[in-house]
Amino acid sequence: MPFAHAVGGTRYSFPDLRSLLARATPLRSGDQLAGLAAGSAAERVAAQRALADLPLRHFLTEAVIPYEADEVTRLILDRHDPAAFTPIAHLTVGGLRDWLLAEGDTATLTALRPGLMPEMVAAVSKLCRLQDLIAIAAKCQVTTRFRNTLGLPGTLSMRLQPNDPVDDPRGVAAAILDGLLLGAGDACIGINPATDNVDATCRLLELLDGVIQRFEIPTQSCVLAHVTTSLLAIQRGAPVDLVFQSIGGTEATNTSFGVSLALLREAHEAALSLKRGENVMYFETGQGSALSAEAHHGVDQQTIEARAYAVAREYAPLLVNSVVGFIGPEYLYDGKQITRAGLEDHFCGKLLGLPMGVDVCYTNHAEADQDDMDALMTLLGVAGVTYIMGVPGADDVMLAYQSTSFHDGLYLRAALGKRPAPEFEGWLERMGLDAASRAGTLPLRPALAGLR
Amino acid sequence: MTTPALWRDLRRYTTARVALGRVGNGLPTAAHLDFQEAHARARDAVWSALDLERLEADCASLNLPIHRVASQAADRRTFLLRPDLGRRLAEADATRLARSPTPGAFLLVVADGLCAEGIQSGAPALLAALMPLLHAQRMAPGPIVLAQQARVALGDEIGEAMQAAMVVVLIGERPGLSATDSIGAYLTWGPRRGRRDAERNCVSNIRPGGLSAAEAAAKLAWLMQAAMARGGSGVALKDEAPTLGLLT
Repeated sequence: MPFAHAVGGTRYSFPDLRSLLARATPLRSGDQLAGLAAGSAAERVAAQRALADLPLRHFLTEAVIPYEADEVTRLILDRHDPAAFTPIAHLTVGGLRDWLLAEGDTATLTALRPGLMPEMVAAVSKLCRLQDLIAIAAKCQVTTRFRNTLGLPGTLSMRLQPNDPVDDPRGVAAAILDGLLLGAGDACIGINPATDNVDATCRLLELLDGVIQRFEIPTQSCVLAHVTTSLLAIQRGAPVDLVFQSIGGTEATNTSFGVSLALLREAHEAALSLKRGENVMYFETGQGSALSAEAHHGVDQQTIEARAYAVAREYAPLLVNSVVGFIGPEYLYDGKQITRAGLEDHFCGKLLGLPMGVDVCYTNHAEADQDDMDALMTLLGVAGVTYIMGVPGADDVMLAYQSTSFHDGLYLRAALGKRPAPEFEGWLERMGLDAASRAGTLPLRPALAGLR
Repeated sequence: MTTPALWRDLRRYTTARVALGRVGNGLPTAAHLDFQEAHARARDAVWSALDLERLEADCASLNLPIHRVASQAADRRTFLLRPDLGRRLAEADATRLARSPTPGAFLLVVADGLCAEGIQSGAPALLAALMPLLHAQRMAPGPIVLAQQARVALGDEIGEAMQAAMVVVLIGERPGLSATDSIGAYLTWGPRRGRRDAERNCVSNIRPGGLSAAEAAAKLAWLMQAAMARGGSGVALKDEAPTLGLLT
């Protein structure tokens, strides 16, 4: 269906919903690379005005990628709950923005989730300033459980990311000890393996499980290998807490990742069968992955990102995060674009009901630096982000990018009055780790001794 | 402020930035500035430019014809924003190369990629180490093509224009905080536009402190011979190159 709006005497028209969404998207390099971005600021605001007037019901009749062509579209439409949609069924996209700011409280927003389609949420985000993205997300509460409880009000969790360039167990263990001393690790202790094979994965799983058991740490482990590798590890009887997978918002993107909804379902069921925890999946996403895989179908990268969250929520994950600055400047050019994208992703994920974290990060060829990371993590903290990453000194020596550090977690909790997950906080206190890192003692010396 | 010895001991086990100490909840000044310095060097490396005069002079002893080309990315900012343009030859260069084809050649492309620094300092030595190995395998390489604002796939278009049998692209890798001089080498048999990454073989992390020029040259020479023998490159061609220790 074509749309149009006039700005300053010029009439701008948009042939279909996907082009309307794309032209309404705040400027970012990936949409320009794809040839989807608005050609001028005036065209962008014309698209935003036309989008604001669009009834939400329209999203039920025009899919951005055809139902027949894409299993993610089928998932989204088949799972849409008309009863949950009722409170907002009479609204336009602009009306939903106003309603979310004025009316939505935590309970209302929780009940609304099954009635929200990712494209509706993405559309609203395009009309929001950063403060709207923050204020609305802060009203959402998403709680998940494994060995601890994540997402409770007033908490901010950290994934401890002890990556090593060659999966050296001593390097991994040293980074884990460093992170625990600095209060990180309640979201999970999650390693990106340098080598994605089942032997290496099982070795790392045993290492992590050993640390968690030995010190009775109320947290969970994850080795971020491909889902098929984790399935093999489960078959071998390895101690798999969380099953990881990178996912995207189109069937073709997921194909490029070597997964399908059926495979994810199989992995989810396999992980649940171990009866180690309640929420057993960990997903990572990021704007630009679909375009990078030439699998975007002419849809802007932020809308596709929101569709990835529909995939994620199908499997009740413990953790989801958008690796927002990892993909590079051809998708998000600078600190400004990364900041907005991170807040959009958190907003969309939270509204759809996900335990949303953000990997606040950048690469050396992006126009970004530590100041940009400080700004984004602080804004996300105010927005109630579930967790951020903790990497030694913010420098991931395996993946060669900069993320947030253990120190950043300490800063953010102190600045905003946030606390770790309660079970983990109790453990930190019992072990005396905060006082130890201030004094420079090492209460986990037995583990260190094991390294020698 | 110094980090207490016991904690600092963790650094023996990893190159990660562990045991930085803490001042309140923040980083001690020295650790903070260490990071800033590493990032500053990486940023400058991304924006560094190839000195083509010097590079050509440093490659002169190889006695191979040398061409210079540029991609369609006119400047560094365009190069970063438009990877598609970094994969396309400037039209004038495409025309010029097509006028002097070298059918069946094993082209050596030296490209700036995401960091010119390592290429500037390391590529001539890597080529010098590669030459005798290729000659020993009775493979005559060349010409050399120096490419600016270039992505890996620019080699496909260069190779196609020159009707080469194979192209090896030496290219500057994205600088990290710990290394700003790393070279990647990508081998593609039958270079032509539209080749996919799965159709290439890669030797990465070539730098002092990483894979040495001698080790990288040995791997590359083996890969080039294997590609020639099989008439193909990519995932089908596994790197079964013996380690240097077995060769010497």
